Amino acid sequence: MTAPLLQVADLTKAFPVKGRAFFGGHAPTLKAVDGISFDLVHGETLGLVGESGCGKSTTARLILRLVEPTGGSIRLDGRDLLGVAGEELRALRREMQIVFQDPLSSLNPRMSVGTNLAEPLRFHRVGTRGERRDEARRMLEVVGLQPHDFDRFPHELSGGQCQRLAIARALVLKPKLVIFDEPVSALDVSIRAQILTLLLDLQQRFGLTYIFISHDLSVVKRVSDRIAVMYLGRVVEIAGSARLHAEPRHPYTRSLLQAIPLPDPRLKRIGDFALLEGDLPSPANPPSGCRFHTRCARRMPRCSAEEPALREVAPAHLASCFLYQ
Amino acid sequence: MDRAAGAPLLRVEDLRTYFELGAGTLRAVDGVSFALHPGRVLGIVGESGSGKSATALSIMRLIDPPGRIVGGRVLYREQDLMRLPEREMEALRGNRIGMVFQNPMTSLDPSFRIGQQIAETLVTHERLSAAEARRRTIELLRLVGIPDGERRYDDYPHQFSGGMRQRVLIAAAIACKPDVLIADEPTTALDVTIQAQILRLLADLQRRLGSAMVLITHDLGVIAAMADEVLVMYAGRVVELADVDTIFHAPKHPYTRGLLQSLVRLEDGRDSVLQPIAGAPPNLIDLPPGCPFRPRCIHAVERCATELPPLRKLVDGRQVACHLAVAS
Repeated sequence: MTAPLLQVADLTKAFPVKGRAFFGGHAPTLKAVDGISFDLVHGETLGLVGESGCGKSTTARLILRLVEPTGGSIRLDGRDLLGVAGEELRALRREMQIVFQDPLSSLNPRMSVGTNLAEPLRFHRVGTRGERRDEARRMLEVVGLQPHDFDRFPHELSGGQCQRLAIARALVLKPKLVIFDEPVSALDVSIRAQILTLLLDLQQRFGLTYIFISHDLSVVKRVSDRIAVMYLGRVVEIAGSARLHAEPRHPYTRSLLQAIPLPDPRLKRIGDFALLEGDLPSPANPPSGCRFHTRCARRMPRCSAEEPALREVAPAHLASCFLYQ
Repeated sequence: MDRAAGAPLLRVEDLRTYFELGAGTLRAVDGVSFALHPGRVLGIVGESGSGKSATALSIMRLIDPPGRIVGGRVLYREQDLMRLPEREMEALRGNRIGMVFQNPMTSLDPSFRIGQQIAETLVTHERLSAAEARRRTIELLRLVGIPDGERRYDDYPHQFSGGMRQRVLIAAAIACKPDVLIADEPTTALDVTIQAQILRLLADLQRRLGSAMVLITHDLGVIAAMADEVLVMYAGRVVELADVDTIFHAPKHPYTRGLLQSLVRLEDGRDSVLQPIAGAPPNLIDLPPGCPFRPRCIHAVERCATELPPLRKLVDGRQVACHLAVAS
C-alpha cells in the first residue's frame, strides 16, 4: 500500500454565532464540521453526501485552507497543510483545486476564455506568456471546448461549456487533488452526463484524486469509489459506494436512499416512500447524543444520552450507530 | 389515457407565448396543448428554457412584458381564461386555481406574519371574517404538517426552515380548495428527505380535495413518483405526451429516450456507461426551420431539417412530434 495522498484527522470548524458567553463560559459556536477523519489514496474518488448544513462544503473549504480549521490535522502527501504559510502554502495550493457548482464564480467575466485559462499559470509564475497561452489552448481541447472558444468570453458560453472551462482552469496547474462541490447540480440532465463523463475521463488520463461533493446520491455513487455520509457536521457512515448502496447500515443513510425518487414509475410511487419524520435540526443547536436520534425510527434510550463513535461494522465499512455496537 | 373520458377541468389549446427581445422573437411557448382531468396529475418535464415554467405562468396570465401571450386558449371549466377581464382572473388565481412555486422565500412576503399571508387569501376570496380566517389558517397549518399552528401563526417567514416555508406556501395554495393546483418545481430547493415529505403532502392533499395538478419539474424521479400523464417539452413545444408508464418504459421521441438514457441511476455501477445527449438546447430566438431537436438527434433524416414535425396522436393513444416515430 502506498501512503495516502490526503489524511484528514479529527477536523473541526466552529464558527462563532450571535449570543454571548455566560459567566465566563465559552461563547456559543456552530460546529459546521465536528471531528471528521478520512484518508484518500492516489487516484481514488471519495464522495461526500448529506443534506444542507451537514458540513460537506465546509469540509472542502477547510482542506483547501479557504477557511481555517479550529482543530484537527490535514496532511497532503505526508506534509502538514495546517503548519505552512506564505510561499510554502502557495506551492501546496497548486496541488489542490476546486470546481464549484457555479462555474462563473471561479471565472473572471471580463477576461477571455484563453486569459481565464492562463491566469492560474501567470499567478504561479509558470512559463513564458507564449507557453502559458499554448498550455491554455491545449487544456481547452482536453475538456472538449473548441479552438475558436479561446477568444470568446464566459458569458457567451452555455452552462455546460462554462463548467468545462472551470474544470480546465482547475486542471491547468496539474493538481494532485481536485475537489468538486456540486459540479453538475445546476446543469440540465442531458448536459450532466456529458460533464460526468469528462470528469471520469480526466481522472483516468491524469491520474487525479477526487473529492466529489453532492446532495445527489445517484451521481455520487456513479463517480465515487467510497462514500462518506455526513449529518450535522459528522461522518455517520463511510463505505465502498456499491456496498453503501446495497448494505447501508446507518439509519440516516437508509432514509437518504429511500427518499430518492427513482426515475421509474414501476419501482416507486409517492405512496411507497418511507418518510423521515421531522425537520433537519439546526447545526447551531444539534441534538444531544446521536445527532440523528430526533428523526430516527430505531432510536433507543441511550441514543439521546450518548454519542456513538464511528466504528467498523464490516471490513472497510464504518458506521456510527449503537445498533452495531 | 383511457380515463380521459369526462370533461377536463383545464384545457390548453395551441398556447403561444413569445418574448420580443432586441435580438428577435423568443418563442418560449410555441403551440402547447393538453387536457387536465379531475383527480389527475399531469407532469411537465423539460430542461431549462424548454418553456415549462412559461407555460404555467401563461395559464395563470402572469406573463410580464416583453413577454406576451400571442395565441391559443386556456379553458377552465369551458371558460376561456384568455378572454376573462383581469378582475375575474384575479378572483380565480389562488382561489379555483392554486399555485406553488419553486422558491418559497421569494413567494412569501418577509415582512408579514405567515398566518396573515394565508388568512389574507381566505379573506379576499372567501370573504371570511378575520377571526374565522385565523381559525381556518391554523387548521390549514395542521393539515400541511405544521404543528402548534396557534403559536406559529405569528411567526415571520425567516423563522421557518425551507421545508416549513414550502408547507406554508402549500397551505396558502390550497386554502380555498382549488380544483387545479399548479406546482412549478415545488421541491427543487429542498433536501431530499424533506422533498419526499412535501411530495407526499401534495399527493395526499390532491387526493383528498379531488383536485387536479400540473406538476412542473426537471427531475424525472419526481415525475415517476407523482405523475399520471407526462408532457415532455423541448424548445417551447410538446415533443411527447403519454401516460407515465409509456413515457418511462416505451418512449418514442428521440429526446425523451435520450433524456432517460442520460440519467444517472442509483443502481448504476461504476462501470456503467453514461450516455449523454450531445450538444445543447438551441437558442430559441429565430429557430431554424425543421425539428428543433434535429441538431442533437442521432436518428435525424433530411426531412427533419426542413419540416417541423407536428404533434400526432398514435394508435396507442400517445402523442409524439417526430417524423420517424410516426412512421414506425
